[in-house]
Amino acid sequence: MSFERTQEKLKILADAAKYDVSCSSSGSNRSNINKGLGDATGMGICHSYTEDGRCVSLLKILLTNHCIFDCAYCVTRKSNDIKRAAFKVQEVVDLTINFYRRNYIEGLFLSSGIFKSADYTMERLVAVAKKLRLEENFNGYIHLKSIPGASDELMKEAGLYADRLSVNIEIPTKEGLKLLAPEKNREDFLKPMRKVQNEIIQYQAEKKIIKSTPKYAPAGQSTQMIIGASGESDQQIMWTSNYFYKNFNLKRVYYSGYIPISYDSRLPQIGTDVPMLRENRLYQTDWLMRFYGFEVHEILNNEHQNLDLDVDPKLGWALRNLQYFPIDVNKADRLMLARIPGLGMKSVHKIVQARQFRKLNWDHLKRMGVALNRAKYFLVCDSRDFERRDLSGPQLKSIILQNSTSKYQKILSPQLNLFE
Amino acid sequence: MISEEHTLVYDSTFDGFLTCVFQIYELKLKQVSFQRKNQVQESLFGMNTEIITDLKKADRVWKGIKSNSTARGSLRLYYAFLSERAQIESLLLTYIQQAFKSRIPLDSDFGNETVLKISQIAKSVGREKHRMEAFVRFKLTNDDIYFANIEPDFDVLPLISKHFKSRYADQKWIIYDLKRQYGLYYDLEKVEMMNLTWPANFDPTQTTTEFFTPSEIEFQTLWQNYFQSTNIVARKNTKLHIQHVPKRYWKYLSEKRP
Repeated sequence: MSFERTQEKLKILADAAKYDVSCSSSGSNRSNINKGLGDATGMGICHSYTEDGRCVSLLKILLTNHCIFDCAYCVTRKSNDIKRAAFKVQEVVDLTINFYRRNYIEGLFLSSGIFKSADYTMERLVAVAKKLRLEENFNGYIHLKSIPGASDELMKEAGLYADRLSVNIEIPTKEGLKLLAPEKNREDFLKPMRKVQNEIIQYQAEKKIIKSTPKYAPAGQSTQMIIGASGESDQQIMWTSNYFYKNFNLKRVYYSGYIPISYDSRLPQIGTDVPMLRENRLYQTDWLMRFYGFEVHEILNNEHQNLDLDVDPKLGWALRNLQYFPIDVNKADRLMLARIPGLGMKSVHKIVQARQFRKLNWDHLKRMGVALNRAKYFLVCDSRDFERRDLSGPQLKSIILQNSTSKYQKILSPQLNLFE
Repeated sequence: MISEEHTLVYDSTFDGFLTCVFQIYELKLKQVSFQRKNQVQESLFGMNTEIITDLKKADRVWKGIKSNSTARGSLRLYYAFLSERAQIESLLLTYIQQAFKSRIPLDSDFGNETVLKISQIAKSVGREKHRMEAFVRFKLTNDDIYFANIEPDFDVLPLISKHFKSRYADQKWIIYDLKRQYGLYYDLEKVEMMNLTWPANFDPTQTTTEFFTPSEIEFQTLWQNYFQSTNIVARKNTKLHIQHVPKRYWKYLSEKRP
């Protein structure tokens, strides 16, 4: 391949793909067979990090940025005056293999603008994955985009070669989608997602009987929502997310703070800050739902439609529910321990193991790495020393905030700068 | 009787250390300290005893440790040993003595200072192992071998061997630890330890066509381009970036070199 031409295409098509925040390479079980290239078992690896601190795990590119759609939030939209390019199937294969052999990447993340039709595009994505698997004996990680509206036959084939499939629903609410992408409808997004879900269920059932059943999307499905482009509330976002986790067995939902890329009056203007703090709080909530045993309505409901920016969602929940505290770390079960602010699941696990040997005191907890500056108000341990004041939620919040510094200090209190 | 301090000098291998433990039990030594052969200092007081590594004795001790702990617990001891920290042997000895006395495995007794300390050291070795699996950058030599050099904080080559072998089964590769002056070589069949003598004009930080294929420089350039293009300027967060990719690793990473 011509080096200069490839170089130019790579610049254009990597730049256009970067707004897809997913870069996970974990959760597959594909091991090296017949002394081929690559192995996708075990945990994912971030081979580098961009200057904005995001993991670089996969070669994330678009096959092309030509697109027949004109979604307002998308940099690749038809009406946007940008350079367009398209990779040949073989070019993507060569780049993937050569990057992989040098240990730059865990595999390929291939997305695309929609040219001609959904099926025409999906067919080419599948062709890349098929070639990597069958001709190059490549066992690394492949993440393919499901193109909204693609046929069931193509989605079935895609899952035979890809580890993960994803379709981005992008806008959390139906009304938002209508406003920003009038040509698309929700059903087009859901159709391939449902097909893949059914295939995964069938694969898992068949595998139990016949061990040699060909793998089907072993790392499951994911999706992404853009945050802050359509005036939605945190409640709307997380309830949508919960709906997808529950009804489509998604492995992950990603939240991508909207990065202003256009002067369209329907959207936040260029120069507006990316809502990174809000994005962070949404991810924390996502984790509470998936790993900490919280139900979404405990954190977000009609009385409480948006997350606090100044405290994390678990602390926020605890401050509104002081009746459950303090919790005795030497007695409480795992799920209750997980509700103590400042305790992550790793600490919970350590505590449950360590307390079989002896009763734990403040010193033990501190050395194990528990964030006591928050946790100390919510727990008791093997010590006569604990918080005895009968504090209200708001009082406790102000004490905790005074005794901690947030990395988001600048965003939270812009007024400080006035007096400096 | 006044107990005497014994200094055990061993060959700095894990088997050597386990042989020391065997001797400590056999000779009922009370106060011991350890020295690695390549860093021997004569002690003024007490005795220097050289311990010759004996695989049979080492194996007996290792089996004993394994039967007294979970798989994770015994692996942790090996990880901690590879940290090469000063006095790590004494800490491991304390752990082993406690484990032999205890009726149940101590691995998760995080209220015990020795157990917690070893698990923390093992964790940082594990982190370095994972970093090397991430930050190794192979360059294709004219002899058709994918070559990478590293300088890890801890001696993690023995830990990463399996990962690279199962991943790069169809290409020859070398991963060389410049700090400890040895490497791993995979010849399409097996991985072996090796030592290299460098050509006088070889600079491991450079990619010259004298040693590397012409396409090597092109792929490095494409990778650099990719790294630049995938960055989102509006989200710049240097602190987070450096937290994930500490500066001491930048010299291996072609995308971070100017």
